Amino acid sequence: MPDKAATATEPSAQRSASGVEEPDRDGAAGRRAAAAPSARLDVARLREDFPILARTVNGKPLVYLDNAATTQKPRVVLDTIAAYYTDINANVHRGVHELSGRATDAYEGARERIRAFFNARSSHEIIYTRNATEGINLVAYSFVRPQLRAGDEVLITAMEHHSNIVPWQIVTDGTGATVKVAPVDDRGELQLDAFERLLSPRTRIAAVTHMSNALGTITPVREIVRLAHARGVPVLIDASQAAYHMRVDVQAIDCDFLVATGHKLYGPTGIGVLYGKEARLDAMPPFMGGGDMIASVTFDRSTWNVLPYKFEAGTPHIAGAIGLHAALDYIERVGFEAIGRHERELLEYGTQMLEAIDGVRLIGTARSKASILSFVMDGVHPHDIGTIVDREGVAIRTGHHCAQPVMERFGVPATARASLAMYNTRDELDALGRALRTVHEVFG
Amino acid sequence: MSDLSDLYQEVILDHNRRPRNFHAIAGASHSAEGYNPLCGDRLTLYLKVDGDTIVDVSFEGAGCAISKASASMMTDALKGRSVADAHALFERFHRMVTTPPSEPVEDLGKLSSLAGVREFPVRVKCASLAWHTLKAALSREHRTSTE
Repeated sequence: MPDKAATATEPSAQRSASGVEEPDRDGAAGRRAAAAPSARLDVARLREDFPILARTVNGKPLVYLDNAATTQKPRVVLDTIAAYYTDINANVHRGVHELSGRATDAYEGARERIRAFFNARSSHEIIYTRNATEGINLVAYSFVRPQLRAGDEVLITAMEHHSNIVPWQIVTDGTGATVKVAPVDDRGELQLDAFERLLSPRTRIAAVTHMSNALGTITPVREIVRLAHARGVPVLIDASQAAYHMRVDVQAIDCDFLVATGHKLYGPTGIGVLYGKEARLDAMPPFMGGGDMIASVTFDRSTWNVLPYKFEAGTPHIAGAIGLHAALDYIERVGFEAIGRHERELLEYGTQMLEAIDGVRLIGTARSKASILSFVMDGVHPHDIGTIVDREGVAIRTGHHCAQPVMERFGVPATARASLAMYNTRDELDALGRALRTVHEVFG
Repeated sequence: MSDLSDLYQEVILDHNRRPRNFHAIAGASHSAEGYNPLCGDRLTLYLKVDGDTIVDVSFEGAGCAISKASASMMTDALKGRSVADAHALFERFHRMVTTPPSEPVEDLGKLSSLAGVREFPVRVKCASLAWHTLKAALSREHRTSTE
């Protein structure tokens, strides 16, 4: 039954839209596991699509709960990348030979896939980057920096990842412009009234996460954009975390810019996405110079290529883009409805499980949150938790999660963080619970 | 579990629970801050050196059990020693925690309880933090007390 329903929703699954032919076995389980009409995941089957989940660590089955750092890759992504290098490897936008044409088609097909995934109006609005960080830096340097005058402001929130803090500090440095920070409350929710008050006529951009990597908080991005636009302030949304948990629609959000990263979308590392409204991108100077981003070059002057190429200097990560295409296809086959339901159930289960363990305190209890269980344990440093649970095969992140100001806000030096993805199970959360009891045993 | 109990030996857990010399020293002659940006472990080391003798040594800070216990045991080990001895002990400790787990290591008394980190390569830095901070502190005079 799930077989047919899933196959029916993806008739072209045998050949991905990237133009890279997939071996027959590719994504087979993904299609079987994909959402049935009830939108329930067959997680056991879905896990078969992820080869790494079958391995052991320290003699125990791998329990991978570090998805906020990076997600695992379904076989179809691995095979698509191998097929690209095996069958059509060539540089893009160059030459007339057959393979270059096929590589270009696959590379541009991936861009169209990404456009559809984020519901951008045009694929010209999709710029390939290495990761979300590069997307934020691109906007900081090409959009914000040229406008900055003394007294100008950049508005961020207290729950940003370092990647959405440091670029703004760098580009404002020495300009007399400042970075303002909207506070979060004790649950880890953005204080929207304070955010609104901090929007000023001097705010050149508001750069806000869609979902906190350290707390799990989902921010009200549509309301944020509405408030900012009412004062003429453009908005950049960091969707690195949100994009693999829920539908992110750039037109519905109406943001000016949005960044995401492929390796958290079950795709390869080294490929990311910047979305920008066409009018914004058109008005911006290039970020980096080189081949591919030019229309013409002389030693006197060069002119820029059209969008999106103006922002893509040099040979890009072609295999990464094509791999990301396969990953987005995979996500769509499973479906956000089913993913969301499954992950919400797991989050609730994990929250209750952790709250029942002596001395455990959750950091980040926003009413609207997803897939992140950040916690501390009385008398035990998160590092020691991390080492002990690792011996049980359980991979979690410990530390400041590249969000030191969040740690400071909550008065902890670090947290332990279990973060969920579509393939996680209650059994895995139980394994975490057992491992945490070992922590109690060791530390007494 | 067995290598876990090698790592978290009772003596380490004890020093973590009740760190020795865990305070600032007013009028310290040397001090330095040690920070492991990867994990956020942070400690400040204070030394009172009279002539060539370390007459008092202490630390403050926050970190995991390994870094805290290592700092605590180090301060115990350094009291009354000469500066040259401290440098030599740094070298011996460093050699111990960086020797492959399959090879024998020198017996450093209580400090040998930290040899278990060799099975946990990412934790070697935790055990070494206090010692690197010691080196930094001894390499320069203390400017002004933060207390």
